[in-house]
Amino acid sequence: MYNYTILIPMIPLVMFLVTGLLGMKWKPIISGLLGTTGLGISWVLSLMTAITYFFGGHHAEAFPTIIPFETLWLTFSETLQIKMGVLLDPISVMMLVVVTTISFMVHIYSLGYMHGEKGFQRFYAFLSLFTFSMLGLVIATNIFQMYIFWELVGVSSFLLIGFYYQKPSAVAASKKAFIVTRFADLGFLIGILILSFITKTFDFGILTNPDGAVFANAAGLSFMGVSAMTWAMVLVFMGGAGKSAMFPLHIWLPDAMEGPTPVSALIHAATMVVAGVYLVARLFVVYHFQAPDALEVVAYIGGFTSLFAAVIAITQYDIKRVLAFSTLSQLGYMMLALGVSGYGGEEGLGYMASVFHLFTHAMFKALLFLGAGSIIHAVHSNYMYDMGGLRKYLPITHITFLIACLTIAGVPPLSGFFSKDEILVAALEHNKLLFAVEFLVAGLTAFYMFRLYFNIFWGKDRHYHHTPHESPLTMTIPLMFLAFASVFSGFLPFHSLVTADKMHFDTHLHLGVAVPSVLIGLLGIALAWLLYKKESKTPENIARKLGVLYTATYNKFYFDEIYLFITRKIIFNYISRPIAWFDRHIVDGFMVGIGTVTEKVSYRIKGMQSGQLQHYAFMFVAGALILALVLVYYM
Amino acid sequence: MIEGIPIQHFLIVSTLMFFIGVAGFIMRRNLITILMAIELILNSVNINFVIFNRYLYPDQLQGHFFAILVVGIAAAEASVAIALIINIYRKLKNIDVENVNELRY
Repeated sequence: MYNYTILIPMIPLVMFLVTGLLGMKWKPIISGLLGTTGLGISWVLSLMTAITYFFGGHHAEAFPTIIPFETLWLTFSETLQIKMGVLLDPISVMMLVVVTTISFMVHIYSLGYMHGEKGFQRFYAFLSLFTFSMLGLVIATNIFQMYIFWELVGVSSFLLIGFYYQKPSAVAASKKAFIVTRFADLGFLIGILILSFITKTFDFGILTNPDGAVFANAAGLSFMGVSAMTWAMVLVFMGGAGKSAMFPLHIWLPDAMEGPTPVSALIHAATMVVAGVYLVARLFVVYHFQAPDALEVVAYIGGFTSLFAAVIAITQYDIKRVLAFSTLSQLGYMMLALGVSGYGGEEGLGYMASVFHLFTHAMFKALLFLGAGSIIHAVHSNYMYDMGGLRKYLPITHITFLIACLTIAGVPPLSGFFSKDEILVAALEHNKLLFAVEFLVAGLTAFYMFRLYFNIFWGKDRHYHHTPHESPLTMTIPLMFLAFASVFSGFLPFHSLVTADKMHFDTHLHLGVAVPSVLIGLLGIALAWLLYKKESKTPENIARKLGVLYTATYNKFYFDEIYLFITRKIIFNYISRPIAWFDRHIVDGFMVGIGTVTEKVSYRIKGMQSGQLQHYAFMFVAGALILALVLVYYM
Repeated sequence: MIEGIPIQHFLIVSTLMFFIGVAGFIMRRNLITILMAIELILNSVNINFVIFNRYLYPDQLQGHFFAILVVGIAAAEASVAIALIINIYRKLKNIDVENVNELRY
């Protein structure tokens, strides 16, 4: 019934190979159209899958887990095998829709945005590669397949951040993203190894069985006073934190904005960065039953990241960086919701809220980034002090951007309100401190988003090089589609579609949480309106009053500098240099020594080579005789 | 075994042939003679093969076959060697092994 699902990731792979190998021979636009068409087919197939899966009529029971395609790839032992396949359950079907929708929109958008750029074909090839990897990650049937695609996603992210490879800053950013996420993936790999050592399996189907029979071996195993399962799951989360840019591995995401804006929308806002959330959600049963301590870690790291990033976002001037920090903050929300979730029925509210927010966030954050791309396209600058009064020139961008801002600020009845509200309710039931943090962040979010909005679209006109004009249709259609999705996706009945135990449960509007959260959002908006609607000196004065606090925030709390200090001054000086010295002088020295000795000795004895055949024969016979005598004498 | 001749007699003959061959290889100057010395060495080995086969495993034939193989290889080797010697003669107008000493450091 679902046999065609294997085509969903395969079409982008074929498109990658075709445009990658042959693209340079064609007109650029052909590659673009080909990639877009292919992805359009994938998108339609994903929607078909989602509709048959969710509304195909098995509502009474829990949603089934279906594996329509699986092939054996590597066998270690009877049980420990690596397979490649397609797994359909509520969360993966939902992710299929998210990934293909955003990717399709970005493909269309890029036809306009990247028009005339050098390397247009290369861009489309990489986009297809990324989509293939992300889809492979989403439908992974086992944790090892997920890991393989996880790395592929990292590679395509690296390639796309470094798309403008002539720019040193883009190269540095791509390297930074790759190294930081690779470092985190080391933890992920170790986590997988511990997990498979204990359970002797990679399959999600066995791992996420709530009875937890496969974890029987884990009882009593511990290391440094922490149980083996907690270690494993914290290490797996480390991988997720790297991809989802959780504190303290968040440093790569703001720099990743060096890539083209559609890439930022696709990879660094909507899809790849939620891979970490997806990973935790996928293994949620394991977290909840086997390693509740690890789940606490997830909750606190998520909560802290969301606050930390929201504070930084207030001070940034690069509009893409503001959005990047906003992404961090929202990812923190999702992680926190997973961390505070329980299992089964209404207990699993946090899980459902997290996945719900993942969905709505993908829509409105992609919209924000694509809107930002449209703005950058019009004014040729990333900085908000080069912008102002753009609402007259970019009407469609203005309206869609405003919708996205209202959505992220949690204004009802837009989608962000529903998902954020569920998260706040889940947090309130679990942990008052985390609730307070998230409540504050809700206000901060509204404030920094509207600071952005007023700075871009209101205020005085700047001196533009040419009059800004609205972007072409290829760019505005995705904007309108995503705005539509942002407005209405909140009405999707997620509580009966994607839940921790795959069963339906009832949610209701929690007025005690909803009203204050809307109010604090409106407060944030009002504050931004007061400060930024008209050009004034007030924001600067406030910044000056805050002094060190402001500078520290503006410089992202000096985390980049701290990391640079640790790597350059400590690791390079005290670990790398001694190792390099050892390699150069001891290991290489030994080899060079062998060479030198051989050369010297052979130089000395080369006179023995006379060219006389009988001389050699005599030496040979004499040596053989001596050896024979020695053997006879000593044996 | 072969009508009262002990194996030692055969071995003495082959050993003598072997050392005569080695001495000839080392001491003679003429390349053709050196080639003949090599034949002596090979044939002493052949005697050993045949004799040991006869005395140790009289109902088997491996030793005989190996001796035939050695004879075949010796023939091939002789043809190559003589071709080399003819070329050396064309170049140097003699076949004294001491003149063939170009191949050194």
